[in-house]
Amino acid sequence: MSFAKLTASALAITALSATAGVARDQVSVAGSSTVLPYASIVAEAFGENFDYPTPVIESGGSSAGLKKFCEGVGPNTIDIANASRQIRGGEVEACAANGVTEIMEVRIGYDGIVFASQIAGPEFTAFTEEQWYEALAAEHFKDGELVPNAYTKWSEVDASLPDVEISAYIPGTKHGTREVFEEKVILAGCEETGAYQAMLDAGVDEDTAEGKCMAVRTDGVSVDIDGDYTETLARIGANPNGVGVFGLAFYENNTATLKVATMSGVAPSTETISSGEYPVSRPLFFYVKKAHMGEIDGLKEFVEFFVSDAVAGPSGPLAQYGLVSDPELSKTQEAVANEVTMGTGS
Amino acid sequence: MTDASANTPATPRVKTSLLELGERTKKRNAAEARFKLYGMMAVGTGVAALLLLLISILSQGLPAFTQTFIKVNITLDESVLDPSGNRDPDEISKVLTFSYDPIINDSLKGLALELSAQHSEVTADVLQDMISAEAKGRLRADVIANPDLIGQTIEYEFLANGRIDGYMKGRVTRETAELDGNVTPLQLDVADAMIVEEKLEKRFNWAFITAPDASELRPEAAGLGVALMGSAYMMAIVFCLALPIGVAASIYLEEFAPKNWITDIIEVNISNLAAVPSIVFGILGLAIFINYMGLPNSAPIVGGLVLTLMTLPTIIISTRASLKAVPPSIRDAALGVGASKMQAIFHHVLPLAAPGILTGTIIGLAQALGETAPLLLIGMVAFVNNYPESIFDPATALPVQVYNFTQRSDPAFVERASGAIIVLLVFLFCMNMIAIILRRRFERRW
Repeated sequence: MSFAKLTASALAITALSATAGVARDQVSVAGSSTVLPYASIVAEAFGENFDYPTPVIESGGSSAGLKKFCEGVGPNTIDIANASRQIRGGEVEACAANGVTEIMEVRIGYDGIVFASQIAGPEFTAFTEEQWYEALAAEHFKDGELVPNAYTKWSEVDASLPDVEISAYIPGTKHGTREVFEEKVILAGCEETGAYQAMLDAGVDEDTAEGKCMAVRTDGVSVDIDGDYTETLARIGANPNGVGVFGLAFYENNTATLKVATMSGVAPSTETISSGEYPVSRPLFFYVKKAHMGEIDGLKEFVEFFVSDAVAGPSGPLAQYGLVSDPELSKTQEAVANEVTMGTGS
Repeated sequence: MTDASANTPATPRVKTSLLELGERTKKRNAAEARFKLYGMMAVGTGVAALLLLLISILSQGLPAFTQTFIKVNITLDESVLDPSGNRDPDEISKVLTFSYDPIINDSLKGLALELSAQHSEVTADVLQDMISAEAKGRLRADVIANPDLIGQTIEYEFLANGRIDGYMKGRVTRETAELDGNVTPLQLDVADAMIVEEKLEKRFNWAFITAPDASELRPEAAGLGVALMGSAYMMAIVFCLALPIGVAASIYLEEFAPKNWITDIIEVNISNLAAVPSIVFGILGLAIFINYMGLPNSAPIVGGLVLTLMTLPTIIISTRASLKAVPPSIRDAALGVGASKMQAIFHHVLPLAAPGILTGTIIGLAQALGETAPLLLIGMVAFVNNYPESIFDPATALPVQVYNFTQRSDPAFVERASGAIIVLLVFLFCMNMIAIILRRRFERRW
């Protein structure tokens, strides 16, 4: 009967597959969606220039990528985890528990975080950290007590800002960008306004004060975007008064529809970020399993290619896309060449 | 006292006529008319929603099928590509694509000079930015495949940069170019001049369907090739596994299994499985096929197995329904003339149920074709640039490619996402069409 034959062949496929899952030809990468575009640009150029197959780059977020990275050593686990933040102590421990002990940390460059609004919208051209803190903090510290944020218009926060409703689109809590936004904008603003010091003076301990500073209001004035920057862009497109948080690279590809604001008087650009003048930026990393070097064909070549001057340098394709290249790239190159792992080198 | 009506005082009988409608008839007719109206409104809403969706997708996605090409003469300079002059393939392959940038730039100088008669600021750099970054990769591949090309001047047709292509499609205008860091109004003027000289043209682009995905620096080169192959592999696996397993399970449950509490539980659970969110099958696939069985990540084999599990309940339910629809008289007649139960089923019942089974299978396959959630967990939502040579090589799938395109920052990917949706819809349409044709052709009514 033909059904019997079909079933038999189907079972044969399954059996075959169980044995074939050992070898892997291509480098396997997973992690941050912020690093994904850079990694895919490098992977594409790597596939074009080397005889190795193009690496496969999965997205899914820094935490998900590092979790996958820490699952163990062997061809069935990924070789590289992309991250828009540094690996955490807990993650290093989880890695060690599964036998992933020698991890190489590679910093590829810096990514700026910019504040942009509709090009035809109100004049959002200059912000300061204080204004963002005042506008978005859940509670303000006034006269010795915490009172809920009462601002509804930007002009109430600062007379120089447009007289329109506050409506901000900020990255959701699962994004690495949110952490940077809270620390480098909201917390910095809290400290600059003196609210942080005032809380300490009033006898609040440091952790609580920091937590109160960074708590973002949840009354609908600020909207958490759990998707990508494309979602933020769509929201901004529908709301002329909206201000959104974007990555510098994303903004640079959409300058025809977005208008960017300065932060404390500094306009975001690759130059101001690499010089450190523009305050809101963060380093981007990837993590490599040293145990896979030499085991997976092309892994070492890919990592070296990624940090080479022609790729990650100031005139390379990554900078062209919007990465702020690392002034200390040569150190990274050296560390990669010597396969320096975390905790031993640097 | 025989005739009741004769004795009762004559209640005035309402005179009704077929030509004149009574109160109640009018009411009933009005209710019917109202219901028809509601029905038409419901259908109208559905059709309007569908039209809106189709129009928006088609208007955004159709431009993805055409692409702008630029004709240029490239001189493959020997001093850069093969300094030693011995045409050794190993040495030529040591020259990376970055070295091809100056070659393209030098070759464009002549054209820049020609065009500067009309636009004085035109330089080779301005022209080079109008050409896709894919050009150097293509040149290098050509030179390695045929080292004799070195030293020659060859006419090439390269993809135009995404912004120039956007200008040809009306997405980029001089006003937006003014604000856009990736294109200048001068380049748009140059593009206009090149059209006149027939060096630049927009035409149908097969590469959108056949080429692999491309990175964000070259949206114009991104295609659906890898996704189509991945989807095709997965559909083949689902068809080869789900159909025999599903049909065997349904025949046993419907014709052979005793009716007791165990089969009842199985039956309830099959219906339950059909309603389980698809991501659950992805979690199962990750745990069993990748972590336990050690199948490769991102491979169509795992995707196919996961989608098989997801499609099985649909196939079992539809197969059982079509087996049930075959009248018992057919079975009885077969058994009556001495056929065994197995003969009765395979010779008589199954052929009659086949159109229904195939319809159910194709609808199940179409559902599996559009599925993304379970693929997320098994690593198929990824940037894959190489064609899969077997079901064990990494690949993506059509709906995954749509998702990937929508996440990219370059506006040129918006049309590619809609274009990918169009391809997916065409596939679904074809599959449903086949299902309808099979049903019409082979269905028997009793």
